[in-house]
Amino acid sequence: MAENEERLRRTMMFVPGNNPAMVKDAGIYGADSIMFDLEDSVSLPEKDAARVLVYEALQTQDYGDAEMVVRVNGQDTPFYDNDVKAMVKAGIDVIRLPKAESAEMVQKLDADIAAAEKEFGREAGSTHLMAAIESAKGVLQAANIAAASDRMIGIALSAEDYTTDMKTHRYPDGRELEFARNMVLHAARAAGVAAFDTVFTNMDDTEGFYRETEYIHQLGFDGKSLVNPRQIPMVNKVYEPTEAEIKNARNVINAIQEAKLKGSGVISMNGQMVDRPVVLRAQRVMKLAKASHLVDEEGNYLEK
Amino acid sequence: MKSKVNRELPDDLMNKLDYKPFETTEIGHPEIQRVAPKVHVSTGDDKIVDSIKQVVADTVKDGMTISFHHHFRNGDFVFNQVMRVIIDAGIKNLTLAPSSLTGVMNDMVIEAIKAGTITNITSSGMRGSLGDFVSHGGLKNPVIFRSHGNRARAIEHGDIKIDVAFLGVPSADRLGNANGMEGNAVFGSLGYALMDAQYADQVVLLTDNIVDYPNTPASIKQTQVDYVVKVDKVGDPDKIGSGATRFTKDPKELKIASMVNDVITHSPYFKDGFSFQTGSGGAALAVTRYLRQSMIDNQIKASFALGGITKPTTDLLNEGLVKKVMDVQDFDKGAADSMHTNGNQQEIDASWYADPDNKGAMVDQLDVVILSALEIDTKFNVNVMTGSDGVIRGAIGGHQDAATGKLTIISAPLVRGRIATVVPDVTTVVTPGDSVDVLVTEFGIAINPKRTDLIAALSNIPGLPVYKIEDLQKMAEKRVGTPKPLEYTDRTVAMIEYRDGTVIDTVKEVKD
Repeated sequence: MAENEERLRRTMMFVPGNNPAMVKDAGIYGADSIMFDLEDSVSLPEKDAARVLVYEALQTQDYGDAEMVVRVNGQDTPFYDNDVKAMVKAGIDVIRLPKAESAEMVQKLDADIAAAEKEFGREAGSTHLMAAIESAKGVLQAANIAAASDRMIGIALSAEDYTTDMKTHRYPDGRELEFARNMVLHAARAAGVAAFDTVFTNMDDTEGFYRETEYIHQLGFDGKSLVNPRQIPMVNKVYEPTEAEIKNARNVINAIQEAKLKGSGVISMNGQMVDRPVVLRAQRVMKLAKASHLVDEEGNYLEK
Repeated sequence: MKSKVNRELPDDLMNKLDYKPFETTEIGHPEIQRVAPKVHVSTGDDKIVDSIKQVVADTVKDGMTISFHHHFRNGDFVFNQVMRVIIDAGIKNLTLAPSSLTGVMNDMVIEAIKAGTITNITSSGMRGSLGDFVSHGGLKNPVIFRSHGNRARAIEHGDIKIDVAFLGVPSADRLGNANGMEGNAVFGSLGYALMDAQYADQVVLLTDNIVDYPNTPASIKQTQVDYVVKVDKVGDPDKIGSGATRFTKDPKELKIASMVNDVITHSPYFKDGFSFQTGSGGAALAVTRYLRQSMIDNQIKASFALGGITKPTTDLLNEGLVKKVMDVQDFDKGAADSMHTNGNQQEIDASWYADPDNKGAMVDQLDVVILSALEIDTKFNVNVMTGSDGVIRGAIGGHQDAATGKLTIISAPLVRGRIATVVPDVTTVVTPGDSVDVLVTEFGIAINPKRTDLIAALSNIPGLPVYKIEDLQKMAEKRVGTPKPLEYTDRTVAMIEYRDGTVIDTVKEVKD
């Protein structure tokens, strides 16, 4: 696991790395993570240009608090080495490995990142990585992949390639993804990293998008990969805590502070002991509430 | 001399044209003497004329002022037919005074200038090849740009004295009772043309649809009309609509629109009975959609919507969310048709809409207005006339007029491509910063520091960052860099009037 402090990763927005206008505007939509793509959305003749564009954008543009991710080309391509080197040099937060099928692939990326960090004078270990699971083999290896590197921040299911590999395609109800979603989610949780659900591409089916997002939220995914910024407010809405959840979380956090003041190791609320999972959930609720502008700086609920 | 927005104005031209520099957005309570047109008395039985050639021969003489309206926009077939005849007749030294000039007129105007037929122009704006031609010194005398309200004022004052108005209409009877609602090429409100019909010495209607007498509802009346000319076609119905009804899917436009809506709904003006003007264009239409939802959620109804009207606005009328639509022009067929069928959609002329020298114009009653900008500077001055290359490519429209609304919101992206929208100084000042209240960009908003009430009301909206406009300008510059200053010659190619008839800025000839 790359870091102890858990950050919100509700939305990971795909941005084609060869589109200057989209690269320039990527920061304005409030995505938790911005993923510049050097892989599938960039045609072969544009691979070098896209790499240079993303490199320059990372040097000159202000993307605020967003986590910056780059999807590099696969290890079986001639672009992989230069992609990794350029992105480490640019100071990217996370490198996303496509089509991950084994722990060894992740370990190779880890080693390549370490070498690049050394070459370009980046702090050792400062570049994180994540892996995309896109095949049956990848799904079955998910647990090993998720645990393969200390730099790992999360794994993502990529359903387009996966369903093709499974000799099916995507259906509106998503039943074809049930096994993969649960495997990826369990692998991520077991390794203590984030889990990202796959993209939903039909922009005209708002109802279907909400249905799928509510479903993966219920399962426990951190968030969803997105192809269109218009989906960001929709995902955030699904991840918004309710007023009751916020008030309860607030009480839990007050109880923690009270216990600290008293010097007591045991936290109690309304006469009941509060255990660690409840505390963690409360902290996450407050973080979501802040990100959703539902509470003020002190954590007071804002009436709508 | 200088205008109050610190623009140097050429003394020789200011004196020659008897202009005063812009001082203030306050109109005050002056007493105004209006003019009246000549009347060529008729019983009305001899108005039908078969050819444009004949009516031009009877009416247009060297040195006259002629006018047209632009309600057909890029579907206009009238302007080019009439101008062809005028050029071929060898008439010289005309002043062209249309309500505005659209792209389909450009080539003909350039030809008429080169032939010496047109030597002066006053218009709301111009774009494309004509803007380029004028900016490169193609017309000897400076173009006078006036807002829609100011054109009405200038006509009423006699600053624009129209000798002959050529007005295309989709339906008229043999005496000249006409409207914009029936026929093949319908455009709805005749708002701008109503000024010409009322004040021109001679009024020539052109129509492809002569209907039984009397034609009602009559927007232009037989009491105003001298000639009715039958032509094959007045316009192309497919090109009249500005395409504005398209609901944008551009995520950046949607983001700006939702922020504009946040500004409106958190302002003190968002209450039952408020009024608004949104204009056309993707972001403005998206605002209308967000605003609709907010009005439903908060059980608020608007007393009226004003200005150029689009179908999303007439939909609000039909839903009962807006009680009246006050309509000076329609941007699409949906809005044009609605004027025909909905009695609560009132056709208004440009004077009623926006004339500052009035006994009360509609814009004076306006609460919320959303306007666009090619550029806005750190003084909140807005340019809707010239591009970052200094070339004329826009129109004042109702910008200066509607900006007198109580909450004037400029909706514009921080940068367009590699060009900053928020700049230290706009290329051309059209609307003074004193009448602009809030700028909304995709990164956040800036509030005019003079509006301390709005700063208090809008500073704590969740998810709506408030910046100083200087900071937004720096953000823009950081993204796109610092452009080299434009180079001009000493020659003035256009004067920009403020709505009260003073001069706020000029446009110089560009140096290539």
